[in-house]
Amino acid sequence: MAGRILVFAEQRDGSFRKSTFEALGRAKELGSEVHALLVGSSVASIAPSLGSYGATSVHTVEDSRCELYWSDGYAAALTAAIDALAPELVLLVATGMGKDLAPRVAARRNMAFLSDCIALDEVDGAFEATKSMYGGKVFAQVRSTRKPVIATLRPSAYPAPAPASAAAAVTPLAVELPNDSRARVIEVRKTEAGVLDVQEADIVASGGRGLKEPANFALIEALAKALGGAVGASRAAVDAGWIDHAHQVGQTGKAVSPKLYVAVGISGAIQHLAGMRTSKCILAINKDPEAPIFTMADYGIVGDLFKVVPLLTEEIRKAREA
Amino acid sequence: MKIVVCMKQVPSSEARIVVASGGTTIDAAEVEMVVNPYDEYAIEEALRIKEAKGAGEVIVLAIGPEKAKEAIRSCLAMGADRGLIVKDSAYHGGDGLAQARILADVIRGLEPDLVLCGKLSIDVENNCAGVGLAEFLGWPHVSLVEKIDWIEDRKLHAYRAIEGGREVVEVGLPAVLTAEKGLNEPRYASLKGIMAAKRKPIDEVTPSIAAAEVGAQAAGVRVVAMAPPPARGGGKIFDGEPADIVPKVVALLKTEAKVF
Repeated sequence: MAGRILVFAEQRDGSFRKSTFEALGRAKELGSEVHALLVGSSVASIAPSLGSYGATSVHTVEDSRCELYWSDGYAAALTAAIDALAPELVLLVATGMGKDLAPRVAARRNMAFLSDCIALDEVDGAFEATKSMYGGKVFAQVRSTRKPVIATLRPSAYPAPAPASAAAAVTPLAVELPNDSRARVIEVRKTEAGVLDVQEADIVASGGRGLKEPANFALIEALAKALGGAVGASRAAVDAGWIDHAHQVGQTGKAVSPKLYVAVGISGAIQHLAGMRTSKCILAINKDPEAPIFTMADYGIVGDLFKVVPLLTEEIRKAREA
Repeated sequence: MKIVVCMKQVPSSEARIVVASGGTTIDAAEVEMVVNPYDEYAIEEALRIKEAKGAGEVIVLAIGPEKAKEAIRSCLAMGADRGLIVKDSAYHGGDGLAQARILADVIRGLEPDLVLCGKLSIDVENNCAGVGLAEFLGWPHVSLVEKIDWIEDRKLHAYRAIEGGREVVEVGLPAVLTAEKGLNEPRYASLKGIMAAKRKPIDEVTPSIAAAEVGAQAAGVRVVAMAPPPARGGGKIFDGEPADIVPKVVALLKTEAKVF
């Protein structure tokens, strides 16, 4: 078993990301001692709750300049926590924040860096990641040659543990934050409220060129709503300008591993299949029985999506209410 | 304005990828190689900045073998001014951060105002070159940039993609920006551009840092195995009247797959 693990607990507006709990859960399985670092403007009140997910100690850095994400400030905080705690492994989540922060700190402390891990284990005293490469066409085992290691976990790679009734000890961490403000977030512009990110959602319903025109994405939105999931899209639909690229699933979009992936009117280009094949369950709907998407599917419906999807949405709504 | 764009030659996203015997690399022999798509956004943005400012230089920097010059040439055909390549294979086997260290080493000597990179390369997906090289240069960075607004001659607002929205980051030059899809629509090279590219220089450079510090032996992480992803398939495929089969599939999702 590994020794001390430090998890960067990502929060925005005082709420933790679900994937932070996933990282804490995995850290508890891998290490003997789980610490968390929590950075923000006023976060002490939410810190003890990290204990429910496996952290024994939470180290807080509170500063009004850390209200929004600040790469230099957050990097200084994480570096200070690493210097103070000397963990074997530092875990972050491969979100917009984690992807930005981890390489900076890894470069600063010459740490071995494993990014966007689908799985992370300890093998022969080293950390070994399963990583998707070539957009998911290859799975690689990548092993650290030295410690400490810094790793980012892909959201949904591990389940979030059920919360236990345990509170973590909370200690402020003394950090010298940089004085200059060379790159500062001045504003966060949210997209429509309640829009789930495809990478973080448990269920994703995606649409492709089979939808024929952008207005028909309403069918996918209704289906996603019935499922309580996020709306995804194929590259063809994004490149046609039907939907924002934030929704794109595939090699030049997001790689997803939800509990259920529903592909509607997506034939299954190799770069799309690569980005969704790690989904736990795949349902494909396409009028062409030869469409490559069916080779990935656990369940498939060959048929006209304009007939199938409204029925499916209704049946799912009933099934989930029952 | 002097802009350096870091570029990697990678297998096309349409390429079928086969793991080589030995199992730690891919068999690249038959694979179509292209400019990493995210680096293409970086090149396009660099060209637009140069055009908007009316003057400047766009330098394409790559680490790679002789063949990578083809990708550099594609960038020159789009309009970049010259190329630089770290061709010595002693510099090729390291991990992502070692690559960032090599890039930073070369860039330091060029003294650019701005460095643009793709957010990641779609081959090994190390996710660290751009941000890592900003750290090695001692520069600020903004990653995952979808949009740039210039507010002063040497100051800009970069919009970066985050879950559920965008962060607007104010940053002054010099800086490193990494490009996300959506930043722009890369141009196709014109015939004139392709002809002009043939006369543009691609120089080989040797980093000042010792290869032993950044080569394969110094790597902090190493690929120990590669395999195709676990096979899928053998799924239950239904063909028939939607009114008959949709309820069946939903029942299976509930009772067999237990997804809700």
